[in-house]
Amino acid sequence: MIIEKTDSSPVSAKSMEPVINNFSITVASVNGSGSQTSNLTMMRALFKMGIPVSGKNIFPSNIQGLPTWYTIRINEEGHLARCEDQEIVVAMNPATFIKDMEGVVEGGVLFYDDSIKFPISRQDIHLYPMPVKQMVRDSGAPANIRDYIANMVYVGIVANILKIDMDRIYQALEYHFKGKQKPIDLNWGMVKNASDWADKNLQKTDAYSVRPSNKTDGFIMADGNTAAALGALYGGLQFAAWYPITPATSLAETLNEYIPVFRKDPVTGKNTCVVIQAEDELAAIGMVVGAGFSGLRAMTSTSGPGLSLMVEYVGLAYFSEVPVVIWDIQRIGPSTGLPTRTSQGDLRLAYFMGHGDVRHVILFPGSVTECFEFGWKAFDIAERLQTPVIVLSDLDFGMNQWMTTPFEYPDKPMDRGKVLWEEDLKKVNGKWGRYVDVDGDGITYRTLPGNKYPNAAYFARGTGHDENANYSEQPDDWENNLLRLQRKIDGSITLLPKPVIKSTSGAKISIISYGSTDIAIDEALVTLSGQGYKIDHLRIRALPTAPEVMEFVRAHERNYVIELNRDGQLHQILRLEIPDCTMKLISLSHLDGLPLTAQWVISQLIAKEEGQK
Amino acid sequence: MTDQILQTARAQVNLVGLTKNDYRGNPSSLCQGCGHNSISSQIIAACYELNIIPENMIKFSGIGCSSKSPFYFLNRTFGFNGLHGRMPSLATGAMFGDVSLKGIGVSGDGDTASIGMGQFKHIVRRNVPMVYIVENNGVYGLTKGQFSATADEGLELKKQGTNPYLPVDIAWEALVGHATFVARSFAGDPKQVKELIKAAMSHKGIAVLDIISPCVTFNNQDSTSHSYSWGKEHEVALHDLSYVPPAEEIMVDYEDGQIIEVTMHDGSMILLKKLDRDYDPKNRAEAMRVLEESNKDCCLITGLIYINQSHPTLFELYNLPDEPLNRLTEERLRPPKETMDKVNAMMF
Repeated sequence: MIIEKTDSSPVSAKSMEPVINNFSITVASVNGSGSQTSNLTMMRALFKMGIPVSGKNIFPSNIQGLPTWYTIRINEEGHLARCEDQEIVVAMNPATFIKDMEGVVEGGVLFYDDSIKFPISRQDIHLYPMPVKQMVRDSGAPANIRDYIANMVYVGIVANILKIDMDRIYQALEYHFKGKQKPIDLNWGMVKNASDWADKNLQKTDAYSVRPSNKTDGFIMADGNTAAALGALYGGLQFAAWYPITPATSLAETLNEYIPVFRKDPVTGKNTCVVIQAEDELAAIGMVVGAGFSGLRAMTSTSGPGLSLMVEYVGLAYFSEVPVVIWDIQRIGPSTGLPTRTSQGDLRLAYFMGHGDVRHVILFPGSVTECFEFGWKAFDIAERLQTPVIVLSDLDFGMNQWMTTPFEYPDKPMDRGKVLWEEDLKKVNGKWGRYVDVDGDGITYRTLPGNKYPNAAYFARGTGHDENANYSEQPDDWENNLLRLQRKIDGSITLLPKPVIKSTSGAKISIISYGSTDIAIDEALVTLSGQGYKIDHLRIRALPTAPEVMEFVRAHERNYVIELNRDGQLHQILRLEIPDCTMKLISLSHLDGLPLTAQWVISQLIAKEEGQK
Repeated sequence: MTDQILQTARAQVNLVGLTKNDYRGNPSSLCQGCGHNSISSQIIAACYELNIIPENMIKFSGIGCSSKSPFYFLNRTFGFNGLHGRMPSLATGAMFGDVSLKGIGVSGDGDTASIGMGQFKHIVRRNVPMVYIVENNGVYGLTKGQFSATADEGLELKKQGTNPYLPVDIAWEALVGHATFVARSFAGDPKQVKELIKAAMSHKGIAVLDIISPCVTFNNQDSTSHSYSWGKEHEVALHDLSYVPPAEEIMVDYEDGQIIEVTMHDGSMILLKKLDRDYDPKNRAEAMRVLEESNKDCCLITGLIYINQSHPTLFELYNLPDEPLNRLTEERLRPPKETMDKVNAMMF
């Protein structure tokens, strides 16, 4: 068989230049078969070898039986965005075999389960058939775990051919199975057998391999939802309510996992954080608004459909001035949309969430470590401003593994905002009003339930109110209150993370972006720079629009706003907020539900720039 | 003379030194004769008589005429007038701030049985320890007289014609949803309302009070089961109920077998004096039977329908410190710096 394979692969000599630490491996399998464990194992082993690596899971909205692809990108330079070329494909799914085979680049590699009986039509790629079924049978593994074990066959064979360090694979299995010896042994046994089989039966004919490096020193691998949950716990989160929704679910589940580890009260040993799985998102946000009103650091995590349901309560929180934090792990909509694909399509909804005159503070983490940072920072901002803060992450951050700098401990103490307790009220002889703008910054003082000072209490409400929280239908009370809220939100800019600007001397054009696309844009900029393009890059980290963003836009002839939605939602907002620059802002929107690639950025930008000539 | 003044002054304060005024709210803007005003008065009276410090309470409401009423009682108590049908979630979250506070929520039949049915069932199921009063008048008042979900089948209203649907029975829904305290009363029976509110305040868990509270403007025809006259004619009290605060001697004389005593977890007691029937409110199946019977016989059964004090409250399910969560400071909320390396090591 092997001989047949080598004979049928007259690959050109050109492709035989060794390719080291710079290619991708795509595993095509069936979801629910346990391939995720195998893929994570390979990726983690590569990471521990010191090679920069990323994993993108392109999976269906389904539990079992539909095609799924996992792409591991290996890149010594650290370019880890999704890539369009597939150098190495592991074909485990007969249903997609033809397409998977056709997707391999010329000179690339196809590992395949040899029970898949389609004719091999490619003459220009290297083939490695894998006797998966035979090896599983020979292993004597019980029937109920054979499917899972089967996926370890390709780990062993791919590792052997690409020279992935077997000790690192063992280490990855140990991590995955949390040190439980039985599953470690079972999986490791299969990996080892498969690798030994490859040693004896396969002859390496392709050019791809990996080599230990030191480029992952000082990095960790984590996903954005884990980072956000941990960040929130370090931010003193006290109350979270949520409802299951892909891709946000793992954020709340991570809270439950780590509360017993990190959030035991040092005084009493009891928990200082409550998590409730609500009956729906209407209730999740209601609970969070209640908790925020009571002075707890309160948060919910959701995705687009859930955010839609939260609109009414978020409007009430804005108007009654209750601090809450909402993490939206965006997926592609409208409606149920593509629940397992990524998007930046909720921005417009989030920014203007609520009827009447509403505008919210938005945070955009641009890396996994920033998910941790904004996890705690969002509470300081929300409590300082007494308003909802919406953090827009996405599926790509939330559910994929990223190489990222380690999480850093908060660099400043918590800001609990303007809260008056008994002793504070005593000092002012009880003279206070809930909505009196004492400091002229639009931010008023609040008291919290349980405050025993006789006139500490007030009645929070969504109806019109005067400075003392009394019901009012007076036109000037309404107008003054709304104008104060506007001042408060306008003034929030000083508290928000500044944009990150990367300048090139002499650049007249720019790219503006936010969130998970940063990594693809960075890679594209390297290529574009090599082709003579001088481009500045600004990554927005918060809304309302900071003055630095306005200056930046004004300073460039053309600003390409790149985002993952059809309408160019950030582009629209920037045009609203920098009206003198509408013609300088050009939208480049990517909306197929897949993470952005550098190739896309390069081709789109060049096409637009060519059009300028 | 001076002694007399002092004595009068003393007579006007309760055991915690507060006057009834300390429990009042702003003047009501609801209609003259509205059942809700009568209920507000009984809330004020009950809290005054229970010697509760208003700052130790927290009040909530949704949207509607009923939900305006928390503004008309307990001005010294924190409150939140939330969204239509969404008071339960708001209260659930808010009460975690300081679980020592006594919660009281006021809702209506639209707010609870129409738009808020989902949240109502879930707050009941979670046994959030608070008093949940439904001021039930079978009609939408603020929007001027539409049928609510508790309106009688066949009810005729001026602009709406005839109601074609069967009514939702709130006490039934509470009972089916595993409420641990279910009572029904009638705003026209203020003494019973007050005693039930007191009993509800002592209950460790959710206490649902379905109080028929006539709407004098839109639904007070003699024929409707939500009117004063219908209630007066058809009310059948399950028992004569009185509340005895903790550590107070029972002063009522009674014959053996005439009284059921329910001891509450705070040491107070509910005394249920037998009227026409034997009724044990600790029997859930019996409670269902009585409700079904009263619907069939077209009478308004009032009193304590069901009580179960053994089910844990929502707060008891969380291992929380005794100190209010909202008073915990940074050193108890933010993990220490040295844990950061451990976190990073837990990643890969």
